[in-house]
Amino acid sequence: MKTYRVHVRVMPRAGLLDPAGQAVEHALTALGFAGASNVHLGKAIALDLEGANEADAVARARAMCERLLANPVTEDFTVEVAA
Amino acid sequence: MLRVGVVTFPGSNCESETLRAIARVGAEPVELWHQDSGLKGVDVVILPGGFSYGDYLRSGAIARFSPIMDAVRDHAADGGGVIGICNGFQILCEAGLLPGALVRNGGLHYVSRPVDVRIERSDSICTRAYHEGDVIRIPVAHGDGRFVASPEELAAIEDGNQVVLRYAGGRMLDAEGNPNEATADIAGICNAAGTVVGMMPHPERLAHPALGSEAGIGVFQSLVLSPAPAA
Repeated sequence: MKTYRVHVRVMPRAGLLDPAGQAVEHALTALGFAGASNVHLGKAIALDLEGANEADAVARARAMCERLLANPVTEDFTVEVAA
Repeated sequence: MLRVGVVTFPGSNCESETLRAIARVGAEPVELWHQDSGLKGVDVVILPGGFSYGDYLRSGAIARFSPIMDAVRDHAADGGGVIGICNGFQILCEAGLLPGALVRNGGLHYVSRPVDVRIERSDSICTRAYHEGDVIRIPVAHGDGRFVASPEELAAIEDGNQVVLRYAGGRMLDAEGNPNEATADIAGICNAAGTVVGMMPHPERLAHPALGSEAGIGVFQSLVLSPAPAA
């Protein structure tokens, strides 16, 4: 078994209204940061995970996302793994 | 006598109001605990409002894995009655017992005020005491109450007549319509059989004349009026 550092990113599904992202976008514009658009707020989840190999760790992390870390109705996720 | 259980999770609220409303309509209130593995033989189980497990990750996402939820899932599968109020609705969606999801209110603000909701079907386990088209004024209190579903799920919900309550506001200044930008003004839905119901408003908070209104007591009277469960 090796231990992998797993980074999961959960984002609101594209096309769904993201009021928190819009609020941050408005605040950035109000602060004078011109040209910021398409702002979205999500979650970053980091964990150490044991696995036989990288593919195994990725598969288990994806299963975690499907069952708990992301809501399949409203969110998309990505999984990145480093040794 | 109909026995109705109320599950307390860490962070639940209004469970005592719910138990009192159950007693008031002549049913037997039964306290249940999230770590119980059984439902003590109740006929109907209610998941109350609140902020179970601090709403960490997503509202209802952690509570859905509580030990008692396996029994709730079995009860629902056997045709038993299950009602989720506010956080309870969020838990039922997270558990896959109802379709869709409840996300952050459109306006981002936590909303705590009365709303007018229209009874869309009067044959669910908790709306039999009302007539279709009745409008009742009961409170909402939530930050994550905007109902969303994929276009396919939404079509299935509408085609299956699974909308139980819709925001019907615009009748008074402090209770304007849809408080959270919910899709299609949806305030509550049920499964196809009408035996599992989730709603964002809190009927138990207005279920006694001493509170100035008992507009919500019908939700609990309906349980007593419902046919005896098969289970």
